[in-house]
Amino acid sequence: MQALDRKLLRDFQRLWRQALAIALVLACGVAILLMALGTYKSLSDTRETYYERNRFADVFSAVKRAPEHLIAELAAIDGVWAVETRTAGSAILDVPGSNVSVTGQILSLPINGLPRLNVPIITTGRLPDPVSTDEVMVNANFAIANNLQIGDFFFANLNGQKRQLTITGTAQSPEFIYTIGPGALMPDNATFGILWMPKPAADAAFDMTGAFNDVALKLTPRAQEASVIDAVDQLLDPYGSLGAFGRDLQISDAFIDSEIKQQRNMASILPPIFFGISAFLVSMVMGRIIMLERSQIGLLKAVGYSNVEICLHYLMLAGLIAVVGIGIGWVAGTWLARYMATEYGQYFDFPFLIFSTSLWVYAASAIAALLATMLGATQTAIRAARLAPAIAMQPPAPPQFKRSLIDRAMAAMRLSQPTIMILRSLIRWPLRSGLTMLGIALAVATIVSPAFFPPSLEKIIDSAFYETNRQDGMLVLSHDMPQVVLETVAALPAILQTEGQQFHAVILRNGHREKRTSIQASHPATDLSRVMNNDGHQVAVPPGGIVLTDRLAAHLGVGLGDTIDAKFLGGRQETHPLIVTNTIAQYFGIGAYMDLDYVNGLLRQSPRISLINVSLDDAEVLDLHARLKDIPNLASIVMMTDTRRSFSETVEENIGMINSIYITIALLITIGVTYNGARIQLSERSRELASLRILGFTRSEVSYILIGETMLLAVLAQPLGWFIGTLIAANMFNSFSSDLYNLPLVIEPAVYAKASFFVLLASFASVMVVRRSLDKQNLVSIMKARE
Amino acid sequence: MSECVFRTENVTKVYQTGDVKVFALAGVDLELFAGEMTVLLGPSGSGKSTLLNILGGLDHATEGRVWFRDQELTDMPDRGLTKYRRDHVGFVFQFYNLVPSLTARENVQLVTDVSPNPMPAEEALALVDLADRMDHFPSEMSGGEQQRVAIARAIAKRPEILLCDEPTGALDSATGVQVLEVLADINERFGTTTVIITHNAEIQRMAHRVIQFQDGKISSVSTNEERLAPAEIVW
Repeated sequence: MQALDRKLLRDFQRLWRQALAIALVLACGVAILLMALGTYKSLSDTRETYYERNRFADVFSAVKRAPEHLIAELAAIDGVWAVETRTAGSAILDVPGSNVSVTGQILSLPINGLPRLNVPIITTGRLPDPVSTDEVMVNANFAIANNLQIGDFFFANLNGQKRQLTITGTAQSPEFIYTIGPGALMPDNATFGILWMPKPAADAAFDMTGAFNDVALKLTPRAQEASVIDAVDQLLDPYGSLGAFGRDLQISDAFIDSEIKQQRNMASILPPIFFGISAFLVSMVMGRIIMLERSQIGLLKAVGYSNVEICLHYLMLAGLIAVVGIGIGWVAGTWLARYMATEYGQYFDFPFLIFSTSLWVYAASAIAALLATMLGATQTAIRAARLAPAIAMQPPAPPQFKRSLIDRAMAAMRLSQPTIMILRSLIRWPLRSGLTMLGIALAVATIVSPAFFPPSLEKIIDSAFYETNRQDGMLVLSHDMPQVVLETVAALPAILQTEGQQFHAVILRNGHREKRTSIQASHPATDLSRVMNNDGHQVAVPPGGIVLTDRLAAHLGVGLGDTIDAKFLGGRQETHPLIVTNTIAQYFGIGAYMDLDYVNGLLRQSPRISLINVSLDDAEVLDLHARLKDIPNLASIVMMTDTRRSFSETVEENIGMINSIYITIALLITIGVTYNGARIQLSERSRELASLRILGFTRSEVSYILIGETMLLAVLAQPLGWFIGTLIAANMFNSFSSDLYNLPLVIEPAVYAKASFFVLLASFASVMVVRRSLDKQNLVSIMKARE
Repeated sequence: MSECVFRTENVTKVYQTGDVKVFALAGVDLELFAGEMTVLLGPSGSGKSTLLNILGGLDHATEGRVWFRDQELTDMPDRGLTKYRRDHVGFVFQFYNLVPSLTARENVQLVTDVSPNPMPAEEALALVDLADRMDHFPSEMSGGEQQRVAIARAIAKRPEILLCDEPTGALDSATGVQVLEVLADINERFGTTTVIITHNAEIQRMAHRVIQFQDGKISSVSTNEERLAPAEIVW
């Protein structure tokens, strides 16, 4: 090994604390890049492969009842590669051992085996016998959650008839990677399951013989999705089409897609911040090392080392820091990516996971980290190489201080000399002070920006599930029924209050602008499911018009008093003009609200409802579940209390984890910035501080200068950090706002206090570690040493 | 007469500090000969170190010309000067300039790693009588020992020229004499052209020639008819 390389290794050894502090910040960037890119790649590759292998459809449509001869016409649409039709329905299940009601989504299987599209993967057992009426295959997670084995049975209330169904196999499907039940906020495999049933049996249950009510289409590679959707709508419209849609509105895919996008955003936003801070730290530390090693650089030049050799020598020092950072980042990133994969395993039902934290992701993160450190080191390394040897051997000239207005102000304030020393140093190196402040501010922002999510989510949950929807449960009817059904339900155990509602799938149009949504129609005096404004006030929905959320009104380009056309889907497909009587601000959804009697009149139908909201007596809920399992014409049951609880629990659990990750990251940034800053200050000032000690200053008076500068910067950085954090949060909230929801930015002062507490504490701890070396310094040797 | 190793013609060096021009060298004409030991004497700021830096290829003259043998150093680019230093010149400094993170042996290897025809580091250290201290770090050595390591480092490349800037400036007289003995020995044994800068008038008595500096110019040149051995020098 060459002597110069040995110097490199020993220098690195000597600087290990500073190097580690930088390496940890760098490692954060590497780890997050690795995790986000790895997860992004892993999720998108897995999804793509799964979709391709199992021929996930491109266009979907539900229809009330369409004759089978339409299949040929659907297949003939330009751009359609394959058509798969089936019978789909919903039923209440009675699963032995489960004391709550379970909703099953029933899908028919073709007689000749597996469908051509959305092909399920049989994980255990076999397909149900095509001619049987009592065999089903269920999704594997449902079986696991309910502890059901092949050969076990449960009951289903099919079109008014309670039937025993035996499990012949379990499966997974590309349609149900994210398996979420109607009205639920998150997957619950215990209370929602997918049931594949032979077509004849399903047809008999839902009265679909010779017809279908669900269609999926796979398109040719060059097909225009929009025109296919139009053509499908045109064909199915007479049969009560609910409107065709692409993958973007397929629930399972939409969830995965948003997750994939989030990972991609994370990979492009967070790592550059860490790399930027690392570059700054490297540049700061290297700059100081080069100052300290001036005479050594001069010597190396004197004995004949070239500029390139010297430049490389210092670049390699930065390179070693990068190597350590990359190593730690790889280990942490691999762990995080694994953690994310298992997290996704909980929510997403993939038959396999292409965990491709492939070599290129590792390589890309390493190159990015190396580039960041080189960016920080290059300028100083070049400066080192360019030092004229004769000048390098001289001690550096004392830094230039000039009297300025600020000095006069300081004099007028009669500040102590140590305080003046602190302030002058900050002013003398404004860029360095500014960047140090920025670094600390980013640490504060790291804690502040994600901390807005919990209160915002809470606000949304509060608005949606406590103010707007106050019911304990929703009973979804399999088809619209006369209002008298409310009386039957009121007689069931545990029921305290019942209210009926009607939901209608509609297309709202204003000229060329249109939006597919659903209208919620209620009586004016409803109490369980109310129409609420963002500010918490109930909004009246008068007869004779429609109330729109402002997001929907903006999309349609209409305001108060304007008229829109509403096409009611799934029935006679009638279109009616409606006057916009009000627009309201809501956090999510593109809801539209009407008066129930007005809708009934408009559609010329007797008073009827499609959903019953209930409030319950907790003590008798289990009795109610027992009875619901036997009630015909129920499509599904949503227990809002359970939904609220499980959602809050999950949010809390995830937020706890996320918060601790962000606080750790903020601490690492703070330590990286303040420890290095104080260390450099100490090395620059050791003579000065030793002189003060010799002049009779106490240890604490001298430490005041050292601690004062760092802590002053840390304190000054706080408001900046709050500001940057709020700005990042506002941007993130904007980017999260979509067609479906916008997040309210709820600012809690405690968030700022918490961020500042952690960052100031870490700053203080770092500077105290440096202070220890100040205490250990030998005054005489420092004074004797040549600069 | 021996071969001329260095020749300067009207060498001037001006440092600009703010609006003030400082003439570190104000027209120096000089010749140095092979195997000669020359002492440059003069007060601080008289231009000795500046001249040494220019001769050693560490700095450029503002005006005038400088030759090393028949090679002109005056406008030699940085790359050429690096090669010149690497191949021909050994430096010894007042404050030793050892790399603190390298042992004595490794400090010498720093030079032998890049020189075309070096002697082994161990041999160089033996020449300065440090064979038993080779694996010590600078912080574990006395000032005299550190300076001897610096000399070993300078001679390990078998330089034709040894340029010493106040080599005894930071040492007490007994240690200083030891260092001078090493320098004299190297000069004798290898015929290395040696230039020693010093404040110390006594040291001039061991040189072949003594060049006095005053205000950036040579004020006198004298030849010692009789040289003293370093051991005979006292200050």
